[in-house]
Amino acid sequence: MSREELHRQGFRDEAHDLLAELEEALLTLEAVPTDAELIGRVFRAMHTIKGSGAMFGFERIAAFTHEIETVFDLVRNGRVGITKDLLDLTLAARDRIRDMLDEDGGDAAGEARSEDILRGFRAYLPAAGKAAAPSPDLAAPDPAAGEAARVEQVWHIRFRPARTIFLAGGNPAGLLGELGELGEARVVGHAEDVPEFSELEPELCYLWWDVLLRTAAGELAIRDVFMFVEDESLIEVGLVAESGEELDEDGYRRLGEILVARGDISPKNLEEALRGQKKLGSILTESGLVSRENVDSALAEQDAVRELKSEKRKDEAQTTIRVPAEKLDNLVDLVGELVIVQARIRQAAERSTDAVLGNLSEELELLSDSLRDATLNIRMLPIGTTFNRFQRLVRDLSAELGKSIKLLTKGGETELDKTVLDQLNDPLVHLLRNAIDHGIESPEAREAKGKPRTGTIELSAEHSGGEVLVRVTDDGKGLNREAIRAKGLERGLITPESQLSDKELMFLIFSPGFSTAQAITSVSGRGVGMDVVKRCIDSLRGSIDIESTVGTGTTITVKLPLTLAIIEGLQVRVGGEYFVVPLAMVEECVELEHSREETGRRRFIASRGEMVPYIRIRDWFAVPGTAPAIEQIVIAHLASGRLGLAVDQVIGEHQTVIKSLGRIYREVEGLSGATVRGDGSLALILDVPSLYRSVLSHRNRTAAAGG
Amino acid sequence: MTKTIMTVDDSASVRQMVSFTLKKEGYAVIEAADGKDALAKLNGPVDLIITDLNMPNLDGIGLIKAVRGNSAYRFTPIVMLTTESQDTKKMEGKAAGATGWIIKPFKPEQLVAVVKKVMR
Repeated sequence: MSREELHRQGFRDEAHDLLAELEEALLTLEAVPTDAELIGRVFRAMHTIKGSGAMFGFERIAAFTHEIETVFDLVRNGRVGITKDLLDLTLAARDRIRDMLDEDGGDAAGEARSEDILRGFRAYLPAAGKAAAPSPDLAAPDPAAGEAARVEQVWHIRFRPARTIFLAGGNPAGLLGELGELGEARVVGHAEDVPEFSELEPELCYLWWDVLLRTAAGELAIRDVFMFVEDESLIEVGLVAESGEELDEDGYRRLGEILVARGDISPKNLEEALRGQKKLGSILTESGLVSRENVDSALAEQDAVRELKSEKRKDEAQTTIRVPAEKLDNLVDLVGELVIVQARIRQAAERSTDAVLGNLSEELELLSDSLRDATLNIRMLPIGTTFNRFQRLVRDLSAELGKSIKLLTKGGETELDKTVLDQLNDPLVHLLRNAIDHGIESPEAREAKGKPRTGTIELSAEHSGGEVLVRVTDDGKGLNREAIRAKGLERGLITPESQLSDKELMFLIFSPGFSTAQAITSVSGRGVGMDVVKRCIDSLRGSIDIESTVGTGTTITVKLPLTLAIIEGLQVRVGGEYFVVPLAMVEECVELEHSREETGRRRFIASRGEMVPYIRIRDWFAVPGTAPAIEQIVIAHLASGRLGLAVDQVIGEHQTVIKSLGRIYREVEGLSGATVRGDGSLALILDVPSLYRSVLSHRNRTAAAGG
Repeated sequence: MTKTIMTVDDSASVRQMVSFTLKKEGYAVIEAADGKDALAKLNGPVDLIITDLNMPNLDGIGLIKAVRGNSAYRFTPIVMLTTESQDTKKMEGKAAGATGWIIKPFKPEQLVAVVKKVMR
């Protein structure tokens, strides 16, 4: 069953329940026609059927229910009374909805019946309502309006958020960031409305902003950014210049003209100010006619337009420098060291009462953060170069196997750290081979199933938060769960009693020594491959997920961090040892009281309605000392499941510069590296996926021994 | 860090669809069947609440007010699910402290776009 069909079926089941409840409510209403609670129930049932119906493709039901809901809204507000006629009509409507749930298309008799019922309901609507269309047209705004202007323009946007914006969960910085994504933004903040400290309400927003935005996105896109705040906030959007526009010799409008155009000063003010021969900006500020920020903002506009113009003149030629990769690696190492020193300085500054040191440390932190981002950014390369190499691989392999396959690539412009990219090649080759060999059927088999002869494999990449998702999707036969189970039994990976979820079953293909191919081919089926892929991805601190529908295909999603050099980590302490859990995996931290602990071999903690296995880092790494009365459990989230890590104390977020461990430690299970803490001591980085695997295999083994 | 989103809706199919869509995007999801259920489950970190407005026991407006009254969630973004016929409800929701809204019916992509927008 496709995902969509699954959702549709879910809605059908729910609608049948609602209809049963509706019938009961209607019959009870006959006896007590003024029961507000019952009327509310009828309204809500109609409302849910309408709302959900439209979402899962039951548009006819949604349109039909709309008017009944409208009538019951009137009933709810006491403007229409319950009558026997209305109840009869609603019961008839209920039966009609039930029929429509199982009808596929519309049949004429049913449609006529719907129309009859609706006519009955319309009689209850006030005159204006009768003319209303059954379902309002939800057509999206004409895209052509935004499309028309593909040329770059400069916009002046003034954004004065409502003082109470934070109290509604709003985030002005996020909105400004969104504007920045539309093009090149220059933001000038206005702090002149911030009151004296004694009068300042810390939960209110006193700041406002002028933004000069150079974009080809058009006014609609800009206004869309503010869609949730436009009613309460003051938002002005004005066109300043277009790149096609002819500009006079001086470049652009003078400062005074801009301020006048914006209404910040009057022409008379300007004239008076111009009489002095000092710089216009300082005259205006000194005379108090306009604030420093307003002048800065106008100057930013001047700059933005000048730049637009000068770029028009400049040739498109971008200057690039080629440098050897080691030089960059060296730079990244140095930045890593700098980040560590910065963390130490911050710690020292936090302990000292010296305000100057505190300020300097904060400035240093901002600088080193930007330096880190800028440096890592240099090493970013588009993934497309790797993708292109695979066209040949797919062509050759499919020819060898007598299959017809085309490879589509998407998101080739997605950027990844060079070091990650280099190590991604092998796993991707394995995944593609697997899709070609096991996924896509032979042309004859495909034809027999009514699929096109040529199979499709899609290789795509996209950004998702601080990570990159790489997907390999095929439209082949999907994973054969029975074959996997049989193989798992044969290899002793599971026992006949093992209760595995569909996902756990599918993840068996990543177990070492697993291969379900009946015939050994030169491509795959040698029993190595998928477990190697999994290990490669783990070593890149990434994760893998599988989705597969029998008959329609398989999608394997690889989630990768943008970089390997520096990650955000959560620092924890166990005895005298410090560990770091990659923050991207951390879901939450909960307390573990000893009284609640289970004494059995397996330890579980209940979290969000699920039993999550946990391990004690103290026991795992044999850290000396005894655990405190209340331990903390860090719950980590992996594609294949969740795992708790019991520690003594959770310290907090930490910029983690990753140092690889020496040869001797490389085989230690559960560790992926080390980092230097702010005070110069070491912290070990936990390899959560490998810990999870050990726990799982231990669980399966004990289950096997027990069974 | 995995962000946690709470979806509150009395319609199980809407909850299922919201939850499915968001989990696929890598969010952790807590489901609640109505406002009262939501308040009972609101005992840990939640980065966003998506709530329907018409619900038994405690409706969306009541939920938004109660959430805003809890100092731990004063600044948590709240997105309400409304239908086109509920413009007055929308205003009421905003007055109670909702951050944004999604008009039903909506597609998974629209949901994800709004979620990303308010959680920036």
